Amino acid sequence: MKKSFLAFIRKEFLHIVRDPRTMLIALLIPVVQMVLFGFAISMEVNDVEVMVAAPKITPAIEAKVSQIAHNPYITFKGYIPAADVDKAISTNRTMAVVVFSPDYDITRESQVVVDASNPVTAQSSSGYLTRILADAGLRFQPGVTILYNPRLKSGYNFVPGIMGLIFMLICAMLTSVSIVKEKETGTMEVLLVSPLRPVMIVIAKIIPYFCLAAVDLILILLISRYALDVPLSGSMVALVAISLVYIILALALGLFVSTVVDSQMAALLISGMVFIIPVIMLSGMIFPVENMPVVLQWISNIVPARWYIPAMRKIMIEGLGFGYVCKELVVLIVMAVALTAISIKRFKIRLQ
Amino acid sequence: MIGSAVHTKGLCKVFGSVKALDGVSLDVDHGEIYGLIGPDASGKTTLFRILTTLMLPDSGIATVCGADVKEHYRKIRSLAGYMPGRFSLYPDLSVEENLNFFASLFGVRVSDNFDMIKPIYDQIAPFKDRRSANLSGGMKQKLALCCALIHRPEILFLDEPTTGVDAVSRCEFWDILGEIRRAGMPIVVSTPYMDEASRCDRLSLINGGKILETGTLDAILERNRIPMLAVRGENNYSTLQMLRGVDGVEEAFLFGEYIHVFARHTLDADELRKLPGILEVRQIKPDIEDVFIKIMGNGN
Amino acid sequence: MEIDEVITAENLTKRFGNFTAVDAISFHVKRGEIFGFLGANGAGKSTAMRMLCGLSLPTSGKAAVAGYDIATESEKVKRHIGYMSQRFSLYDELTVRQNISLFAGIYGLGRKEISERCDALARELDFSAQMDVPVSVLPLGQQQKLAFSVATIHRPEVVFLDEPTGGVDPITRRRFWELIYRTAESGTAVFVTTHYMDEAEYCRRVSIMVDGKIKAMGTPSELKKKFDAADMDEVFRRLARNAQRQ
Repeated sequence: MKKSFLAFIRKEFLHIVRDPRTMLIALLIPVVQMVLFGFAISMEVNDVEVMVAAPKITPAIEAKVSQIAHNPYITFKGYIPAADVDKAISTNRTMAVVVFSPDYDITRESQVVVDASNPVTAQSSSGYLTRILADAGLRFQPGVTILYNPRLKSGYNFVPGIMGLIFMLICAMLTSVSIVKEKETGTMEVLLVSPLRPVMIVIAKIIPYFCLAAVDLILILLISRYALDVPLSGSMVALVAISLVYIILALALGLFVSTVVDSQMAALLISGMVFIIPVIMLSGMIFPVENMPVVLQWISNIVPARWYIPAMRKIMIEGLGFGYVCKELVVLIVMAVALTAISIKRFKIRLQ
Repeated sequence: MIGSAVHTKGLCKVFGSVKALDGVSLDVDHGEIYGLIGPDASGKTTLFRILTTLMLPDSGIATVCGADVKEHYRKIRSLAGYMPGRFSLYPDLSVEENLNFFASLFGVRVSDNFDMIKPIYDQIAPFKDRRSANLSGGMKQKLALCCALIHRPEILFLDEPTTGVDAVSRCEFWDILGEIRRAGMPIVVSTPYMDEASRCDRLSLINGGKILETGTLDAILERNRIPMLAVRGENNYSTLQMLRGVDGVEEAFLFGEYIHVFARHTLDADELRKLPGILEVRQIKPDIEDVFIKIMGNGN
Repeated sequence: MEIDEVITAENLTKRFGNFTAVDAISFHVKRGEIFGFLGANGAGKSTAMRMLCGLSLPTSGKAAVAGYDIATESEKVKRHIGYMSQRFSLYDELTVRQNISLFAGIYGLGRKEISERCDALARELDFSAQMDVPVSVLPLGQQQKLAFSVATIHRPEVVFLDEPTGGVDPITRRRFWELIYRTAESGTAVFVTTHYMDEAEYCRRVSIMVDGKIKAMGTPSELKKKFDAADMDEVFRRLARNAQRQ
């Protein structure tokens, strides 16, 4: 029976290698996503365009304006009359205007007007500006030291998120589609009517995707280290161990889907809607879990990525070891074991 | 070997509100080609799936080579060869890769049992490196048969092997089945084509999940001797309308260039000849399709 | 316009690269004739039919359908033909009435005409009780009749049937052929492509294609006599056995 099993795995690899779409999803998408999130898509706000409205330009104002103009994140675009502030913003001539009060020299009163049609840029630019405008005469100047990601590069933050997404995509989506395909073409009937045990069929179908995911893990780590300069300062053993548990969990999810649906289309839709979207929305990949309504926080607890991504952050960026990700690891292992058991049990020895 | 190759008694299977099988009982002997003949959705595929252990019946019993389909399903899975309705091959694998895979699935090498498939495989061997997606229907059918035979099964189940295949390939395929049967292997084969009945040793007509008739083709035709006339008119469509109004005509159907008339005993062929627009009237023996229609009509 | 020959093909040819799928075929189909277009898988039937439906241009040769040139007037050709494939092309989740209205609307029938045709079809096909049920719940035979009626709702000059009766029970099949005969009776020519020889017996005239060429043409009884065969199956096997294409 061992030979049958090996032949099965070999056949499965042939399917993968011969289908350009699978190869594309498995190997190109991780690279593209890493590069996109790492370089192109940035949550940092650069080039904030700022104009200044001041009734008369006193030395104090001039000093502030020069501070503004020299800020690396700000592009100073000149002075405008106070009456034109609204218009300058509504016609997109500028993103923000600093309005100095006529008696600024005495009162130190000023106002920042920001175009908040994009809240993220609005928040950052008003932050930059208020920091500059804050009275230098204050006695306590808060000193801020940024740890772990000193350059506040958003790419760091995304690597764990992408890992959570890619493994879900490759393992859950591709496995469920490949199993359901056998149902659709009718080959599953022949497989079931063979002496090979159904559980072996399942394992043989899953192993190649496990290998693919492992290749992707290596790929992502290499890109993180050498292209994105992510420090990867934590325990490598912990990183690989948790990732493998997460991969197994995703494979079990794919298997589970394949036991529920009968068409490749449905398999794609379910793995897309039910797995990929929660990874993006509920895992803390983009929106911090702590800021969600309580109900969504509860729900997020059953999203595996909600545990995987923070664990990866701790290890990759904060440089922590096993001890600090125990909870996440335990939750993921419990989920993986339970899902594998359910899926294998559900994978019937008959058609219905 | 003792007993029948296949034995079923009172098999029932319900899907929702549809009775797919409604009390099917049959026995297939060793070394015979047993045909299950009926239209789409008559229950053929469900019966095959129960016999190949892919489905459990709701009630009734079924054994294959003495093994119960429920209790001893693992035994059946190692001794049966099965070719499902769609030629279940991997389209992205070549002819040779498909065959190798199905051989190793059953733990054998192609060379172990090559004698079993040689006459069939020789016909597709020139294309052994071609992906099975690019084979013609007839060649896919032959490859699927090779894959079902490669582990030298003790019984062969073929679900509609000739559907979607042209007449020449169909004929060749039945010749091949004859060869296999000669080696002593029982074959259960289903088909929607009434004209393939003559290629089976014994057959069952099946419709609506029920077996209508069982026996050799000759026995079935003998049992259902219905007085029948073949009529040809100048215009068969209007002749048909006219015949349906004639007393003594039970039912009339177009059949190719003729109209087949199920006659009551009161019907006189000479009377028919006198009707306008009729060119030819002759007494015929009903064929299996006429019998099927007749029995189906009685059931309704 | 009344024309007597609704399909005329002269040396109709289609090449793909150096492969000649259809090799100079010539034939005529008359008004109200049931014409069987037979051939093995890959003999070139579908390619020929696609050209006749105005979906693909011939490499050389000429053909006219309903009096319109298939190469230069393909839009007019499409308006004067009907088409039904084995898969019926009905919308399963729509009701019978909705399907009829939809296809009638596609062929540009007016609202009043559509409701008239619905009523007429309900009567002719014994569908009165089922006009407002989804097509998916109808038995296969009913779906088949409906698909055919929908394909001929605009009273086309020719209707093309692609293996129309594979797999249905013999009663349904014979009833379906009755419907085909009735349509032919009303003047619509019926062009049936198939590789099931038992369907061929119902045709008024058949042609048999082998390797892209028409190898025989005539009424079924003529062909049976010519090839000294008991049935069309045998005629076909004699011709197709020597086919080169696989």
